[in-house]
Amino acid sequence: MPSLPDMNTPEVAELARMQGAHAHPPVPAPDAGEQALFECLLRIGDSTLVLGHRVSEWCGHSPALEEDIALANVALDLIGQTQNWLALAAEVEGQDRSADDLAYLRDAWDFRNLLLVERPNGDFGHTLMRQFLFDAWHHEFLKGAAASTDPRVAEIAAKAAKEVAYHLERTSDLIVRLGDGTAESHRRMAAAVEALWSYTGEMFLADAKDAEIAARGILPDPASLREPWLATVGAVFAEATLALPDSAFAHKGGKQGIHTEHLGYILAEMQFLQRAYPGASW
Amino acid sequence: MYAQVVKSEGSKTRDEMTPEELAFQDRIDRGEKIEPKEWMPEGYRKTLIRQIGQHAHSEIVGQLPEGNWITRAPTLERKAILLAKVQDEAGHGLYLYSAAETLGVSRDELMELLHAGKMKYSSIFNYPTLTWADMGAVGWLVDGAAIMNQVPLQRTSYGPYSRAMIRICKEESFHQRQGYAIMMKMAQGTPAQKRMAQDALNRLWYPSLMMFGPSDKDSVHSAQSMAWKIKMNTNDELRQKFVDQTVPQAEYLGLTVPDPDLKWNEEKGGYDFSEPDWSEFYDVLAGNGPCNKDRLGARVKAWEDGAWFRDALVVHAEKAAARRAVAAE
Repeated sequence: MPSLPDMNTPEVAELARMQGAHAHPPVPAPDAGEQALFECLLRIGDSTLVLGHRVSEWCGHSPALEEDIALANVALDLIGQTQNWLALAAEVEGQDRSADDLAYLRDAWDFRNLLLVERPNGDFGHTLMRQFLFDAWHHEFLKGAAASTDPRVAEIAAKAAKEVAYHLERTSDLIVRLGDGTAESHRRMAAAVEALWSYTGEMFLADAKDAEIAARGILPDPASLREPWLATVGAVFAEATLALPDSAFAHKGGKQGIHTEHLGYILAEMQFLQRAYPGASW
Repeated sequence: MYAQVVKSEGSKTRDEMTPEELAFQDRIDRGEKIEPKEWMPEGYRKTLIRQIGQHAHSEIVGQLPEGNWITRAPTLERKAILLAKVQDEAGHGLYLYSAAETLGVSRDELMELLHAGKMKYSSIFNYPTLTWADMGAVGWLVDGAAIMNQVPLQRTSYGPYSRAMIRICKEESFHQRQGYAIMMKMAQGTPAQKRMAQDALNRLWYPSLMMFGPSDKDSVHSAQSMAWKIKMNTNDELRQKFVDQTVPQAEYLGLTVPDPDLKWNEEKGGYDFSEPDWSEFYDVLAGNGPCNKDRLGARVKAWEDGAWFRDALVVHAEKAAARRAVAAE
């Protein structure tokens, strides 16, 4: 490989200095505590947004009319929750951004959703398994968040918890029916567990931001959700005749902005109009 | 209503009717509702199945052109509204299939006829939705045209159909307002948005006029359906009413209806307007519209890909019933 020319000439250094002098003054950063809360609100708000997007891809294409209705309902709940979480995130951030700005004008590296929710839909069983694994976590998360020391968080979580209790009831029921249905449905559901299990561990991993927000009693400690989650999943799998995987390997990075390749395509689609027609009001 | 060219069975004069048929016609003429278990002429039943089935299919195929923009809706609120709307349409499908079931035909049977191309859905859903303004124009024009048909059908003679229409009309009028609200935003927006709004009107105007079906002044089928109060107005009456209502709305938006011959006719108290290209209409009905293959293909794929899911639910229910029976012994 040829050596690359040295770019650090005095002229380049001078250009960089001039560039810096003309840049906008930096916006004062929110304090570290608010920054952690902002990040943690994005983690939940981006997760509901991306999952809502995935679920809505089924609209009109599901196996039965009742499922079309139910999926649209779930997507609608998730998008409604996104509006609340991202509006609060924007308020906490204090940079004069709206929920829509956060949803439509950030690139993938600024998204903080769980990797699980950006996994492609696959077959209907795969979609339901992804939803169930998420719902079982989401339900526990919201129960904890409804007891938040921050009343804004508690209020959003309490409302969402009612919706998610229904989501979990629905997916639990369907996982049992499909796991313990035909040989084919069992095979498909087992394959979905196999494909998705390694994306569940991330839900329970705390970084310093999670730890700080949990210590302040604003959101539950991620690790504390694992046991009740596993109890729910274990009970449903047992009835569904599905084996609980023993692998503890966890893909991670979504909460820190390192995503799978799929998120870029989701955002390219979701953000198309806002990006193609900047500043327009819809 | 999303039913076009519904072939009607029968059409007898009073002299030709049996005593049962006469009594039935008298009940309809008195404005009584016919309920599922009651006697009805076979032609009445068959015509209703065709019409309600076509309407139900239109609702579920109608999810597709709007579903096309859910993932690209420009704001979270617009996305939520569109999701709710498409969900309503699936719900309408459900009421209507249920109404059809009361006439002795199952939803699965109707689906199979749709998938085999033996039953139709409204021609309008074979047109593509190409820009976000189409989400406005579909609500404004397509739902607007549907309401024009459906409002009188709330008084139709068949009880379950009439009751389904009452529920559907409430939701459809909300959809039309939402569609118009999108059009207002676009028409008052940037030059690009205004261009999208005009383009949507240009593309969807004539297909919307086609939704009422061809002129039926000479149609025997229409006459019979009207005698049975399955059809309440002629296609031409409804089309005229739609044009008269819609033209001022377009003017308010600052958009131009793509018809150079559109002119207010003082004498008739309505607009004179150009007929749509009926050869295009028959091409679309024959399967040659821009999206026929995509739309029907998507529905068939959804049905076939979902077979394992539906089968599994049935098998699980059987297993559960067997386990309950063993436990009860």
